[in-house]
Amino acid sequence: MGKILMKGNEAIGEAGIRAGCLNYFAYPITPQSEVAEYLSHRMPEAGGLFLQGESEVAVGYMIFGASACGERVFTTSSSPGISLMSEAISYIAGAQCPAVFVNIMRGGPGLGGILPSQADYFQATKGGGHGDYRLLVMAPASVQEAVEMVMMAFPLAEKYRNPVMILGDGLIGQMMEPVEFPENLKSEPSNKDDWATNGMDTRKSEKRNLVKSLFLDPVKLNENNLILKEKYERMKREEIRFEPYNTDSDYKILIVSYGTMSRVCKTAIDNLKAEGIDVGMIRPQTLFPFPEDAVFQAASKKSCRMALSVEMSMGQMVEDVERCVHGKCPVKWYGKCGGEVPTPEEIMDVVKSCLS
Amino acid sequence: MGKTFKRPEALAVQESHYCPGCTHGVAHRLVAEVIDELGVRGRTVGIAPVGCAVLAYNYFTFDFQEAAHGRAPAMATGIKRVRPDLVVFTYQGDGDLASIGMGEIIHAANRGEKFTTVFINNAVYGMTGGQMAPTTMPGQRTTTSPSGRDVNDVGMPIKVSELLAALNTPAYISRQSVIKPKYIVKAKKAIKTAFQYQLERRCFSFVELVSTCPTNWGLTPVEAVKWAEETLIPYYPLGEIKTPEKAEGGTDAK
Repeated sequence: MGKILMKGNEAIGEAGIRAGCLNYFAYPITPQSEVAEYLSHRMPEAGGLFLQGESEVAVGYMIFGASACGERVFTTSSSPGISLMSEAISYIAGAQCPAVFVNIMRGGPGLGGILPSQADYFQATKGGGHGDYRLLVMAPASVQEAVEMVMMAFPLAEKYRNPVMILGDGLIGQMMEPVEFPENLKSEPSNKDDWATNGMDTRKSEKRNLVKSLFLDPVKLNENNLILKEKYERMKREEIRFEPYNTDSDYKILIVSYGTMSRVCKTAIDNLKAEGIDVGMIRPQTLFPFPEDAVFQAASKKSCRMALSVEMSMGQMVEDVERCVHGKCPVKWYGKCGGEVPTPEEIMDVVKSCLS
Repeated sequence: MGKTFKRPEALAVQESHYCPGCTHGVAHRLVAEVIDELGVRGRTVGIAPVGCAVLAYNYFTFDFQEAAHGRAPAMATGIKRVRPDLVVFTYQGDGDLASIGMGEIIHAANRGEKFTTVFINNAVYGMTGGQMAPTTMPGQRTTTSPSGRDVNDVGMPIKVSELLAALNTPAYISRQSVIKPKYIVKAKKAIKTAFQYQLERRCFSFVELVSTCPTNWGLTPVEAVKWAEETLIPYYPLGEIKTPEKAEGGTDAK
């Protein structure tokens, strides 16, 4: 199949179906309501399930219930909605169930705004809900990459029995780009008979399954949390994805940026190169696990004088950049998070001021 | 002569963690007997609430999920929508269902979700230590209403069955009790009817069970039964509150 022109939100919905997920629950919220609108007719057409829940709180638990009985399931929302789903996400992680959540971020805190933002970095990568858990977080920089990440998310969620989050900003959801749905990213749901509450008859077993996150015995709870920790450590070993840009050059400034913001940075880097200024960039494609070593190595380059975290937030990812740069060079932040996307010219000016 | 009274297969061999005089054990047994009689143990998924019955899954021998406080109807919706062939029920108390989970139960009932809810109403929060519930009676003392429930301050107790019955979507809604044998027989019949409606994919089905909590009422088990009968049942009248209109089709095609 060739490329077709699609709006990001609709492509994300279609990607779920193409990945082999035929169950979708959602609650409308701008700027991603088009996913629900699209799937409200496309899911039944594909033989799947669409249900609009009464709130993001309820949708979170519809996802939990469906996932816990072994079915592939996903939802999409935007920042305030993800806050409400975060309770369920914590339970799903604690009970070790796979599920896919898409957050098309808008500005916050509170109602914030409806324009693009990256201000949910902390929420996605450091928790959001309560307790010791992590999500595998992927951040697309184009509609095509959003499609691929959604398709990759289902087998990854099943591999780790953990929720996976696709963290896109409002631009990813709202813009139209040519996309194709790679056949090789289709996947079969894994066998979940050893843990899912899919009914004893279904798995022809006399052993009942129990999906829970309550461990009143402190030793048992600690054990469960160690199992979770081991999964997160394994993600760090096996799932880190990033894209280096112009890192072969003798750059003095290293930019770390993701999502739509990284595309603007690429333009700035190209323009600066034409002016004779080399800037390198690491674009994390996974925000958790974070490309720690890549950032450290890039910041350790002899020519590198400064690392610059460029993000549509008031400085969230910069804390991870500082942690990974490990004192090899100073780290600065630049960003906006009211819904405006910094322009290439602004980034160029910031880089030049860092050099002066 | 063979055994006439035995443990249902759906009920686990398990020491009870419930207090003396608590009626959760009776309600559990009724659910287990019904599941046995309908022969659906192998395709049943129960959902435990938060509250005293959070460990309900320890007493049953089929698949179980554990919900967050009040969210069981949303989880049941998730299961039933993606696996309509499974038999799904939530088991919830009054704090769980009528307070924090009111939104979830109303919308599940209004969508006509084809699962069953067993609602234990004992007019008090149990596990957290006897706090006031939405169903706590006027003047009833609890750890958060030490002078008795003041209805001018916090309103009247909610009659959940009547509230759900007011929805226009067809449903089976029944209020029974498990405090004495004469009530228990009817309660079992209602629970069985509720599961049968589910098997017929007919409607949402809901059985409220007026129950006791001697520990948090500060009464002996015998006094608790008396108080429930004299105070709760007059306010929460027993009987069939709503039955679905005769609907077309809806057979249990597995």
